[in-house]
Amino acid sequence: MTLRLEGVRLVRPDFSLSADFTVPKGEITAIIGPSGSGKSTLLSLIAGFETPAQGRILFEERDLTDVPPADRPVSLVFQDNNLFPHLSVERNVGLGLDPGLRLGAEDRACVARALEEVGLSGLAQRKPGALSGGQQSRAALARALLRDKPLLLLDEAFAALGPALRRDMLALVEGLRARHELSVLMVTHDPGDAAAIAPHTIFVDGGVAHAPAPTAALLEAPSGALAAYLGD
Amino acid sequence: MARRAGRLSRARFWPGAITLIALGALAFGPIAVLLLHAGGEGGFSRADLAAIRFTLVQSTLSALISVLLAIPFARALARRQFAGRGLIIAFLGAPFLLPVIVAILGLLAVWGRSGLVSDLSQSVGGPVISIYGLGGVVLAHVFFNLPLVTRLLLQGWAAIPPERFRLAAQLGMGPRPVFRLLEAPMLRAVVPGAFLLVFLLCMTSFAVALTLGGGPRATTVELAIYQALRFDFDLGAAARLALVQLGLCAAVAGLAVLVGRPAEFGRGQGRLRRRWDAPGGIWPAIDGGVIALALAFLLPPLGLVILRGGAALLSGMPPGLWPAAATSLALALSAALLTVAAAMSLAMLITGLPRARGALAEGVGLLVLSVSPFVMGTGLFLMIRAVADPFDWALVMTGLINAAMSLPFALRALVPALTRVEADYGRLADSLGMRGFGRMRLLVLPQLRAPLAFSAGLAAALSMGDLGVITLFAPPELETLPLFMYRLMGAYRMQDAAGAALVLLTLSLAIFWLIDRGGRHDAAT
Amino acid sequence: MMPGSPLRAVALLAAALTPATALAQDKPVLTVYTYDSFVTDWGPGPGVEQAFEATCGCDLQLVAAGDGAALLGRIQLEGGRSDADIVLGLDTTLTALAEETGLFAPHGREVPALDLPIAWTDQTFLPFDWGYFAFVYDTTRLDTPPASFAELIAAEDISLVIQDPRSSTPGLGLLMWVKSVFGDAAPETWAALAPRIVTVTKGWSEAYGLFLEGEADMVLSYSTSPAYHLIAEEDATKAAAKFSDGHYMQIEVAGKLASTDQPELADAFLDFMLTPAFQEVIPTTNWMYPAALPAEALPEGFEQMITPGKSLLVPAEEVPALREEALQEWLDALAG
Repeated sequence: MTLRLEGVRLVRPDFSLSADFTVPKGEITAIIGPSGSGKSTLLSLIAGFETPAQGRILFEERDLTDVPPADRPVSLVFQDNNLFPHLSVERNVGLGLDPGLRLGAEDRACVARALEEVGLSGLAQRKPGALSGGQQSRAALARALLRDKPLLLLDEAFAALGPALRRDMLALVEGLRARHELSVLMVTHDPGDAAAIAPHTIFVDGGVAHAPAPTAALLEAPSGALAAYLGD
Repeated sequence: MARRAGRLSRARFWPGAITLIALGALAFGPIAVLLLHAGGEGGFSRADLAAIRFTLVQSTLSALISVLLAIPFARALARRQFAGRGLIIAFLGAPFLLPVIVAILGLLAVWGRSGLVSDLSQSVGGPVISIYGLGGVVLAHVFFNLPLVTRLLLQGWAAIPPERFRLAAQLGMGPRPVFRLLEAPMLRAVVPGAFLLVFLLCMTSFAVALTLGGGPRATTVELAIYQALRFDFDLGAAARLALVQLGLCAAVAGLAVLVGRPAEFGRGQGRLRRRWDAPGGIWPAIDGGVIALALAFLLPPLGLVILRGGAALLSGMPPGLWPAAATSLALALSAALLTVAAAMSLAMLITGLPRARGALAEGVGLLVLSVSPFVMGTGLFLMIRAVADPFDWALVMTGLINAAMSLPFALRALVPALTRVEADYGRLADSLGMRGFGRMRLLVLPQLRAPLAFSAGLAAALSMGDLGVITLFAPPELETLPLFMYRLMGAYRMQDAAGAALVLLTLSLAIFWLIDRGGRHDAAT
Repeated sequence: MMPGSPLRAVALLAAALTPATALAQDKPVLTVYTYDSFVTDWGPGPGVEQAFEATCGCDLQLVAAGDGAALLGRIQLEGGRSDADIVLGLDTTLTALAEETGLFAPHGREVPALDLPIAWTDQTFLPFDWGYFAFVYDTTRLDTPPASFAELIAAEDISLVIQDPRSSTPGLGLLMWVKSVFGDAAPETWAALAPRIVTVTKGWSEAYGLFLEGEADMVLSYSTSPAYHLIAEEDATKAAAKFSDGHYMQIEVAGKLASTDQPELADAFLDFMLTPAFQEVIPTTNWMYPAALPAEALPEGFEQMITPGKSLLVPAEEVPALREEALQEWLDALAG
């Protein structure tokens, strides 16, 4: 179960991004880099919201390049707008089982288990507006669990949370990864997040997403652009 | 969103495409039918040219005066906090929904030769006011459009970032620098669009010109079309005038696109920004005076309709009122349903297309506004006449045309909302595999509930109060409420007409309020 | 043109909420298109309907379809599809135009003896009443009314409301009146009259309503209009100004449509129209002279009406050519 980007290149009039590497399996991999460098774009390529001009994206040797977003082995959590404000938490999470929301009793039990796992028991009937930011992120993670996809992409999912909450969420993600054998790609603007839970880190800069490198080594002895970005 | 085109699904494309084709047929088919029936060619008479000239003159004056008066009014409302301010802003939404014929009754009660103003003027030895002709037409148009423009400008004021006003306060700017540096640039952006919107609305005015125009001196192109059809049965002349109208409106719409973003159509901003400029001196008095003057112009016609109507209703309902009201209600609801269905399918298509084609599609929707409903009606009538009894279809035709007339406003409300929903939740829905009917049911419709209800309410209210195409071929036994009222006015039964006016006014505002509120109720955001 | 279901929904919804008017389905229905003021509660409509239905065993439906000229436009728009069996309320300025449409059927009978100022020879239309056009004023507001067109033009403080000749028979009548009096000088006359005209209405009812509301000092109506105020309201303040130029005559007619599905009933109605049962209703409801009722039979009050020194009428067959020209002159004068 490996994700590979093979000579991928995306070109826009004022922007380009190329990537050529394999993502470690069953691990959390962080993605860092200056804003506007293309961190989110990299996730969009993997999730299928962007189509590369060249190259292929492979998962377990299967070419995903032309697969529509919903059929990719990917779950994505955004920074916000993860939940539909007019649907209850239960229904929002239930979308992970059936995008048409035809939920039977068994499905609802699954939803309840997923909510329990992320610590949201008892809040199933709330509307997202009645949840705190951290709770909203948990709900989005619960839905990702139910979708049962091997790849979890976090696009600055916890950026809006305070330091303590963010630590909690990272711990939750780490727990989920271990229990569900997920490969996680996590865009973050805080190298500390990477250092905390990601064995490997991808540095994106100057139109290039560099191959994952061991996080500790990368952050301890940064060089060139990375050093400039980290500002040490 | 540049890459939408590739993902424009069939389910998204076809309903919109079919609506677009139907609209095209509805807009242009009748002109062709009329030209076909008329045969031969013909030029424009002097009266036609006079109608074209009058149309341009009155539209220009109406738009100019509406905008010029709206600027101080909106400015005063934007920077003053007082009890009843919210109420005034809510009230500003009413004239647009007001049945034209009701407003005219109210305006006559104030500005007619035996109205309040003439009485006042005569009591101090002044002249009697004559409302008929250019003056009356412009007066009525300003009455309708001053509130509309004021609300558009208030949105503009609300869009100025509050930090700028704080900065201006810190720098000690008075009203003049604030106007020059903050407000004037906003006005430069908003006013041209507002001007052109009013210009377009006034250009196709019918009922105002019919009742207040007064003869060949004050005939709009739309009225000339009606006269050509109704009086002379000159189909060729009607079709030629329709093409002129289409050309004029297309030119204005094109100008609007060139000038920039057309004024957004929607709810007024009631939000007040705390302001530090113009705190004292004569400014509060000036603003208060401006607001009082504007209200003195806008309120009495409505007040008199309510007073006189109430008195008339207390002394008994005119017979035939309720059947007419029921017909109008059915018509309004059907038109609302049709408008929303058509606008929704078009909005799906428009937001799915790359920008340029979307603008084109919206342009076609706007163009429908420029096609004379009379030409549409007569064309349909002649088409149906060939195969069936057109009277059996009169209500359907009226509903269809009313629905088409509300479409541009519905599109204005729905397209930005749908764009926003797609921008906020499109990727999430895509990644979850929500598509087709499920996506519609679970995401789009609930999210668009408010603009959908607003559109439906607007279409229902506009259709409710429309005295348009039904005047051309009202089936013998069928009356809509505006037609009923117009006939009462024509028969000089002013008391009964006043009663009917109050009922019509109440129904129009109530149907909008109920539907619009239904959409906002528990719509989470 | 639109997806089928919404359309059908509209039709169904509309049908469900449409008032059931055709209650008397078992009886044959005779549909008569007429002008607006004919069918009002105080117009001839109710009396005529009651009297005719008492004898015909049918349901007489009087449909208001605008003023006289608009009536003709309506019939042309509907073509052979019209529900109407009879059109009542055209006048001699329109009969030739109406004839040209080919939509009317000959009345096919000997014209009975009539009480008209002229001999009646028309084979398609039958007259039911007549009168003289005149400018009506309020004696409490106007002491000395103008006694000719010249005086009206000279009276700068007088405001006037008239009807549109394209939609209304009085409007068209005034066109013919001015043309009869001034001939080739009609355009100058109209140009001189234009400043007096407050507004031009679509039909007689609107104009008369405006006059009563006080929106104008004088209104184009009939020499017999004051009889309404005198007899029905016991109000002697309204009067018609007698013009030394003479007064133009209006003869109002009815005709049977060729497409009628009730030819016998239509014929019966045309016969009925000239019987006293119909004719006696006219003076105090339509406020015109009945076409088949001697002057002695008129109610008290009519004798106070002005009698024109000279009565004017353009023969029906000459009207179309003259109308075209006069209408253009009128539009040009008033549009300017």
